[in-house]
Amino acid sequence: MSKADLSVQLGSLKLKNPVLLASGTVGYGNEISQFTDLSKIGAIVTKSVSLKPRKGNPPQRVVETPSGMLNAIGLANVGIESFIKDKIPFLEELNSTIICNIAASTVEEYVECARILDAEDAIAGFEINVSCPNVKEGGLQFGNDVNAVGRITSSVKAVTGKPVIIKLSPNNANIADFAQRVKDEGGDAVSAINTLVGTSFDIWTRKPKIYNITGGLSGPAIKPVGLAKVLEISRKVDIPIIGIGGIMDWKDAVEYMIAGASAFEIGTVNFINPGAGLQILEGLENYCESMKIDNISEITASYKLP
Amino acid sequence: MRDKENVLTNEITIVESLEQLKKNIFLLKVLSPGIASVIKPSQFCNIKVSELSYPLLRRPFSVSDIEGDFIYFMFDVHGTGTEILSKKKKGDKLEILGPLGNGFSYEKPFGKAVFAAGGLGAAPFPYLTKMLDEKVEVLSYVGARSEAYVIDYKMKNFHPATDDGSLGFKGTVVELMEQEKDKFINDDSIIFTCGPTPMLRAVKEFAMKYNIECQISTESAMACGFGICQGCAIESTEKDSDKYLLVCKDGPVFDAKDINL
Repeated sequence: MSKADLSVQLGSLKLKNPVLLASGTVGYGNEISQFTDLSKIGAIVTKSVSLKPRKGNPPQRVVETPSGMLNAIGLANVGIESFIKDKIPFLEELNSTIICNIAASTVEEYVECARILDAEDAIAGFEINVSCPNVKEGGLQFGNDVNAVGRITSSVKAVTGKPVIIKLSPNNANIADFAQRVKDEGGDAVSAINTLVGTSFDIWTRKPKIYNITGGLSGPAIKPVGLAKVLEISRKVDIPIIGIGGIMDWKDAVEYMIAGASAFEIGTVNFINPGAGLQILEGLENYCESMKIDNISEITASYKLP
Repeated sequence: MRDKENVLTNEITIVESLEQLKKNIFLLKVLSPGIASVIKPSQFCNIKVSELSYPLLRRPFSVSDIEGDFIYFMFDVHGTGTEILSKKKKGDKLEILGPLGNGFSYEKPFGKAVFAAGGLGAAPFPYLTKMLDEKVEVLSYVGARSEAYVIDYKMKNFHPATDDGSLGFKGTVVELMEQEKDKFINDDSIIFTCGPTPMLRAVKEFAMKYNIECQISTESAMACGFGICQGCAIESTEKDSDKYLLVCKDGPVFDAKDINL
């Protein structure tokens, strides 16, 4: 039997395989390229880029929690000008598909970023971060407002021909409503989920362990939540889904695809095992072989519900 | 010689021994030829303490000493990760990522090496002592709460300070250094320091006062250890800087003038 076809289609975006490296867990590709051949990965999603550089939150920014971690980085990034000048040349050399994640405080800022970056051939598509829990403006303020998410989707689509993925927040009750609105406004796909809001206290000082008080929870702890959200979208809305949340190995990834994801992003695991992407890819190949699957897309939304 | 290129490796190492130095201080020795051959004093490694996914994140530890293909790490037990590490046995496998960050800089000629260590901040100094190898005079000022916590492992010219006076000088390391300052302040010295943040702040102030070069080895909570998570931010002294420095990548050793503690 020949090897399974691992390529996947996300709207107009075709990827060589469904393994994506999540925004904020691979920087701009530079550091992680020491450990892993990024040309073999389906796509890299860059650290959020904003119009102006952002310093991010003061430390402490990360803390481990049961089977997970909280982070409140606060979208620290070099800004769009330096991103184009200093980061894109390296990303171009990687021979990988680059999805640029955009963060902003206003609808106009999202649009301006997309308009400027639309001219960059190295960027295959955009992931719009409407769900960062760690900044006061933008982020969740949009992520919890279905009309705002709709407006961002249509406005960004109006200035770029590249595929637009909207990264949804799990911190709201009806994620499928958001996915439906993204579809209605012409969005190409959704990615779900961003981190869950959480906190942690030092019992001796009674202070929050994270300066920002709350942070975004990621890691294996959130996998069941992510799966349920992906399933909910999959059952109600006809839009490609990129599954995210606590994927540590190929079995987790397969679970997300069964729940409805066409592709998936791995995040926290990159911090612990920077070679995880390629190991997951190998696991998927073996899974397809043992299950006699010709095309990995066959398993997307292949759930058998009671 | 440690002149090989700084190649980052994720090495499966083997535990050789675990020695209890003090009540709560352990010295772990692992066989790690790849990292041992390139790591420099006060560079660090990110250690996966369990093969399972709990604890989830790796734990960063400064290199304490090198002997051939073996690396030593000094640690105290203060949480689940270090608790697990304190139970390792000879022959256990341990996944180690390193060498990480920038270590102490001692290549250029200088007069005396003054170590200012607090508590477990003594960890990087055995290796630095070895690397300075009689080239310069070393003065080791080491502080702790009380005698039970003072680490003198492989220290040279050792001057302890304890809060309760149970060993050596009664008071802080910086108070002791102030008292002994004539031994080194006019000798083109470099202060190398590591310890709790309040102590580092006092050492920095001391170094500024007497205009002595001061290299601070910092620590921070972090997830990855190699620059992608952006978790280990530290404030730069650069005016109007639009970014934080990262302990893992820009440090962990900084010139005292470059960071706000």
